[in-house]
Amino acid sequence: MSERDHIFERIREALRTSAPRPGAHPWDSAGSAGLPSGADFDRVLSATGRTFEENAALFERNSVDLATEFLRVDGRDEALAAVVRLRDREGWKRVASHRGELTDAACAALGLPVHWTGAADDVGVLEQCDAGLSECDALVAHTGSVLVTSRSAGGRALSVLPPHHVVLARREQLLPGLPEAFALLKTKYGGNYPSMISFITGPSRTGDIERTLVLGAHGPKKLTVLLW
Amino acid sequence: MSTAATQFKRDARRLTADLRHRHIIHSALSQYEVTRDEKKALFQDWQGARQLAAGIKWEAVNHLDRYVDQFVRGLEARGTRVHWARTGQQARDIVLGILKSRQARMVVKSKAMTTEEIHLNEAMEGAGYEVVESDLGEFIVQLRGEAPYHIVFPAMHLTRGEIRETFQRKLGGAPSDNPEALTMVARRVLRRKYIEADAGITGANFAIAETGMISITENEGNARLAAALPKTMITLLGLEKVLPRLEDLALFLPMLATVGAAQLISGYNTMYGGPRQPGEADGPEEFHVILLDHQRTAYLADAEQRDALHCIRCGACLNVCPIYRNVGGHTYGTTYSGPIGAVITPNLRNLQDWKHLSYASSLCGACSEACPVQIPLHHHLLRNRRNSTRQKPCWWQRTAFRGYALVANSCRGWGLVTRLGRFGQKFHGLILGSRLDPAYAWTKTRDLPPIAAQTFKEWWRRRGKTRA
Repeated sequence: MSERDHIFERIREALRTSAPRPGAHPWDSAGSAGLPSGADFDRVLSATGRTFEENAALFERNSVDLATEFLRVDGRDEALAAVVRLRDREGWKRVASHRGELTDAACAALGLPVHWTGAADDVGVLEQCDAGLSECDALVAHTGSVLVTSRSAGGRALSVLPPHHVVLARREQLLPGLPEAFALLKTKYGGNYPSMISFITGPSRTGDIERTLVLGAHGPKKLTVLLW
Repeated sequence: MSTAATQFKRDARRLTADLRHRHIIHSALSQYEVTRDEKKALFQDWQGARQLAAGIKWEAVNHLDRYVDQFVRGLEARGTRVHWARTGQQARDIVLGILKSRQARMVVKSKAMTTEEIHLNEAMEGAGYEVVESDLGEFIVQLRGEAPYHIVFPAMHLTRGEIRETFQRKLGGAPSDNPEALTMVARRVLRRKYIEADAGITGANFAIAETGMISITENEGNARLAAALPKTMITLLGLEKVLPRLEDLALFLPMLATVGAAQLISGYNTMYGGPRQPGEADGPEEFHVILLDHQRTAYLADAEQRDALHCIRCGACLNVCPIYRNVGGHTYGTTYSGPIGAVITPNLRNLQDWKHLSYASSLCGACSEACPVQIPLHHHLLRNRRNSTRQKPCWWQRTAFRGYALVANSCRGWGLVTRLGRFGQKFHGLILGSRLDPAYAWTKTRDLPPIAAQTFKEWWRRRGKTRA
């Protein structure tokens, strides 16, 4: 008998005695009352905006608290101009990115040497880049999070290794809350999920020394989100 | 008394009188309390959220076989290697076996309480591997050769000055005691380690049955790096971590951050379902998931306390516990400290050796109130006490309670004893605080209230007389 079978046997043996559901009375039947629905979650979770403008304002407020730089721009050309302004302000010499409609256009506008992820000897080169530009799957207004996956955002390291992560997002990618983000993941990838899915909320942070907030513990010290 | 109990009493007595220690812990936690309550208030219905979370965990734990099987099949379909370990020894052997087959030399770890539970670091170091903790708090306590002080804030008991001194001694320099400067020293040192590491070891906060993924919650990005750069990724998690559906995270992620660290949501919440897939830019070549039993199935068999397996290791009960806040995390001498540690340790290890933890509680219930998944922690402390005396009755306690029952059940007996007590208390002052005092265990640290000058019955009788 394998360890797997041993463990399953022990679990099944243990579950022969049923435990009361939380909040249930001992005389209630011990059967499963099912799992809560999306409506149950909406009732207890934080309220989110109903319109795009409300959610954009919510994302903006969260960004201030989180020290995320949130730039709303009007249209693609203005977004590319904003990326160029970031380059000049931060003094980028070399950036890392991945192939994508938005990132291709941004990297072309930058006119800098670009390291595309996926090439051999990734880590050493990626570590030397001043910024990582990526696309995303969604922005979450309620939490101020950016949703990326290893398929949509150039792998696993691009969004954590360079000191500055720049996210390019389109207007329709802004979602009210986490339930909508998980629903999106299911419809977009259902059955064939990427190997990594990450909600990034603000720059990397720590409070391990006297509970004092410090940005840039291991991952990026800066996070910029561009939305048009 | 067991050696663990002796050590607990000695350390507790020392630390409760240590005002400096108390000041550090209280200032760290008072800040947390204010922000945690602000974040709780953002939920439309926090108590409702706790109920839903408890219901989901109940469903998962009470159908553990079904959900674990689904979880494992999802992982394996994406090329993940899943291992099963009934004991800590088996889990350590599995990790060492993987490291050997991958010809690894250096291992970078992100925070994982399960690895503390099975003493994995000692085993890996003993086998000649270099092991680096990457969570800043864990890194600091590792440099100092200590155990984590708190399951969420491992270095909560240290001041910036002490941390600077540790860095100077172990890393050869720290320019100032500014938290930012200290963090940057650690960042520089650990970046090099990440790039050289052959394997990354992580824990997991949740296991998603529906999609076959683990979920890791962190703030620093250290687990993200440990899962991105090394060629081998190993995740060690307890069987009970499983959640039925992907969308359950929409509830658990903000709840964990709210009570765990007083945040809206943690910095990085990441799900991993496999090694690097075709078409992906990077990621480990191999992904190993080790499912750890280590007494969890034995715990599952106790239907009365089964819900202790609902625990999501957020640390909320530690933060509010008056005992934890005064005796500190190291005093417990266990992997899991605070109320949850006091509940599970006696059952995971040995009831008689660890029962003192279940007695070291005022039963105020702050822990049960704080628990996001509604574990009735202080009731379980009482159940541990009951089980321990049932398993090993103590003759003098039994005799004392029999005597008490005899007196309390007899009207005349009770009257006699209260009168005697009132009389005897007049002379108590002569022996108060000395070893002759029969109530010494109580009076050495507390006042003994005086017995009332007359009982209610006496008062009632006299009242009748005066009125007549």
